[in-house]
Amino acid sequence: MTLMKLKINGAELEVDAPEDMPLLWVLRDVLGLTGTKYGCGEALCGACTIHVGGKATRSCVVSARDIGGAEITTIEGLSAAGDHPLQKAWQRHGVPQCGFCQAGQIMGAAALLKKHPAPSDAEIDASMAGHLCRCGTYTRIRAAIKDAAGSQP
Amino acid sequence: MTVSRRGFLGAIGAATAMAGGLSLGLFGREVRAANSPGPLEANAFVTLHPDGRVTIVCHRTEMGQGIRSSLPMLIADELGADHARVVIEQAVGDPRYGDQNTDGSRSIRTDWDRLRRLGAVARTLLTTAAARRWRVPATECSATGGRIHHRASGRSIDFGELVADAAKLPIPTPESVTLRPLSELAHVGVTPSKTRPLADGLDIVTGRGLFGADVRLDGMLTAIIVRPPVVLGRVKRFSDEAAMKVPGVVRTVELPALTAPVAFKPLGGVAVLATNTWAAMKGAAALEIEWELGPNTDYDSERFREVLFEAVRRPGKVVRELGDVDGALAAATRRVVAEYHLPHLAHAPMEPPVALAHVRDGRCEVWTSTQNPQAARALVARVLGMTEAQVTVHVTLTGGGFGRKSKPDFAAEAALLSRTVGSPVRVQWTRSDDLTHGYLHAVSAQRFEAGLDASGNLTAWLQRTAFPPIPSTFVAGLDEPSDGELNQGVLDTPLAIPNLRMEAGRAKASVRIGWLRSVCNIFHAFGLGSFIDELAEVRGVDPKAQWLELLGPPRQPTPRELGAKVALSNYGLSLDDHPIDTGRLRETIERVTKMSAWHARPKPVGDGSGRALGLAAHASFNAFVACVVAVVMRDGRPHVDEAWISVDAGQVVNADRVRSQMEGAVIFGMSVALHGQITAKNGVIEQRSFRDYPIVRMDEAPARIHVDIVASTARPGGVGEPGVPPVAPAIANALAALTGVRHRNLPIIRR
Repeated sequence: MTLMKLKINGAELEVDAPEDMPLLWVLRDVLGLTGTKYGCGEALCGACTIHVGGKATRSCVVSARDIGGAEITTIEGLSAAGDHPLQKAWQRHGVPQCGFCQAGQIMGAAALLKKHPAPSDAEIDASMAGHLCRCGTYTRIRAAIKDAAGSQP
Repeated sequence: MTVSRRGFLGAIGAATAMAGGLSLGLFGREVRAANSPGPLEANAFVTLHPDGRVTIVCHRTEMGQGIRSSLPMLIADELGADHARVVIEQAVGDPRYGDQNTDGSRSIRTDWDRLRRLGAVARTLLTTAAARRWRVPATECSATGGRIHHRASGRSIDFGELVADAAKLPIPTPESVTLRPLSELAHVGVTPSKTRPLADGLDIVTGRGLFGADVRLDGMLTAIIVRPPVVLGRVKRFSDEAAMKVPGVVRTVELPALTAPVAFKPLGGVAVLATNTWAAMKGAAALEIEWELGPNTDYDSERFREVLFEAVRRPGKVVRELGDVDGALAAATRRVVAEYHLPHLAHAPMEPPVALAHVRDGRCEVWTSTQNPQAARALVARVLGMTEAQVTVHVTLTGGGFGRKSKPDFAAEAALLSRTVGSPVRVQWTRSDDLTHGYLHAVSAQRFEAGLDASGNLTAWLQRTAFPPIPSTFVAGLDEPSDGELNQGVLDTPLAIPNLRMEAGRAKASVRIGWLRSVCNIFHAFGLGSFIDELAEVRGVDPKAQWLELLGPPRQPTPRELGAKVALSNYGLSLDDHPIDTGRLRETIERVTKMSAWHARPKPVGDGSGRALGLAAHASFNAFVACVVAVVMRDGRPHVDEAWISVDAGQVVNADRVRSQMEGAVIFGMSVALHGQITAKNGVIEQRSFRDYPIVRMDEAPARIHVDIVASTARPGGVGEPGVPPVAPAIANALAALTGVRHRNLPIIRR
């Protein structure tokens, strides 16, 4: 166990956890931030996606040791009031079905829009292909991303 | 009559992370203060509060079909509530709510009348109370927007203000109340006058929705279980020396060995319990276990494929017969024969199975994402030797079910471990566990043989099916399909051919067989939908024309007219209420072919260039669906770039959720056609990750999925499953037109 300083959602936290523990489990089990989900543990499904230094990162295969002092943003910290353009677009389009993959999808999409504020269909697909949805909400995710891209300041 | 008060849940249920607590239904109970009115429980589903709020219970599991949005919306519309002041409470598993098994596309089709009446009872109570207060006839009063209105005098009063008076009235029986005309249900129908956002939408997009693994209790341990690699295998001996050295691992527990029949019993194995999931995973990886592999080590999928084909190449049990098939086949000028094979499938919900159980003081409390909380309660009670009254099962949001989570084996695992260690225990299934230890959709083979006369008319139809049946999970060694399974695309298909015979072969199960979104319809619709397309090609007719000719004119054939030799269970509802209806299926075919401009579709040369459309249709769960897909080759693989789907599910409640279910069914059906395959070698399942069990990803999804919902006022049919069966055959048909290659074995893309 190691006492480490982690910057999460704008706060600096002192966390006591094994250095090799993937951030997914630091977030969920140690800190009780359960918005980030376990879907596969092998970076094949995207449900665990957070931002590290603003970049989409699969937290199931990345540990605190790996990221150094970089800033972590989870779905809980994406917006203060659930009003990120993507979160609003998601609701306008009725995107979620079971909802389990959706936090990861939104984090992936948010990172995409930071890099490409007006992504093409191909850019959306390439960037989001790592996010599985068994319920099949893909076409609405695309629509919500385009909608949010259009409504960004 | 007194105001009934629900008991306060009690501290045993207090979860620590309470974000999204409303979605868990742990909404606090009102306690009656002296001299102030308490809430009025009109029935198990509707409670009226003096402050104007209305609590509506959702007794089915929310797993993506939107039932937590649709069901309270339906009741609220019938009641006339102000939707903004409706609080949704998730029911625990309790027979007082009636059936809670969220399975078989049944939540609305089997229950809609009863649910509406429950809302109408509350409306009647309030209307009566207002009418008495105003001394006017109740018939002159109406309920909308959370208020009772008296048209003639313009008076109105909020529900909340009537609660105390209404509490003094006798509660009318559900049978005695009058339902509103459908036009008054503002949110209900194909084009509702109002729409509402998803009930849990905000929670989901902010990460506050509580799924099975998100419930936390002080002092809980997390368990990862290493289960026998072959079903009915057992632990011979094990060493946990290395596992116990992992920091955070607290102890290991050997679970009881599984005996046949498997039913919902835990598989057995060794559990590693730790203070966090990561430690439990590392501990599980460090276990050394010697297995007694058991009786299923000879299960080999390649060999079993041949076993199934042999089963359909010989006569089976006749389950349907008309005319003289043998004579007609003998006299046929031409015979068309095709055999189809579909593999086992795994549900692979994005949320792997998980359950948290807390056994203490002679009681067990469970929090889990289960499709069937009553079955979970019964199973947990049984394995613990408790009565059901001593067990409470809370239902969380469910990250996909598709049938996997109707089987509560994971809840029993958690209960057993909690009792053993004396702390709350969460059993977390890994993705690998989910794929290798599932309740598999049955592997299947089918054989179709048709006879054509000299003019090319269809005169004979012989169809055989063989698959390890679901009852094998409950009765060891059972190898014949149940009537219910045969009702899924064998007994119930209305084919206008004078000579036909359907037979069922025998097939043993060597894995746990379960049911997966649309169940046997998956392979029966694939066989039928492909064979009809093959016949069209042989006869040189348009597939659409072939479908319509084969279905025959609009009619509602009886089981006798179908030649059925076993009873049609008709998905649990009477044929009087939900008849087999060729007219309705024909209509969906007409609509989907119109939407997709079928008549003007490209006619590819068959070398893989260009774009091709494929058509298939199927009726299941009292609903009718037709599907057209467009396929192109992209990077050497088939790509579905557009899809159209027309559904007649009778009267629909939540049109947007019907649309989303059909969109999802297209994606799900694409995975069936293109990717899904679970195979066994020496009894061990070979797929353990999304690498070897791929599902459709966003970059494979069609650019557009067009959904058409027939504006029907027929009784509600199922919605969650019926979209799936016609998709895979439509894809195979499109691909055959595009490439000249007919895929009779799924999946189409092999790794």
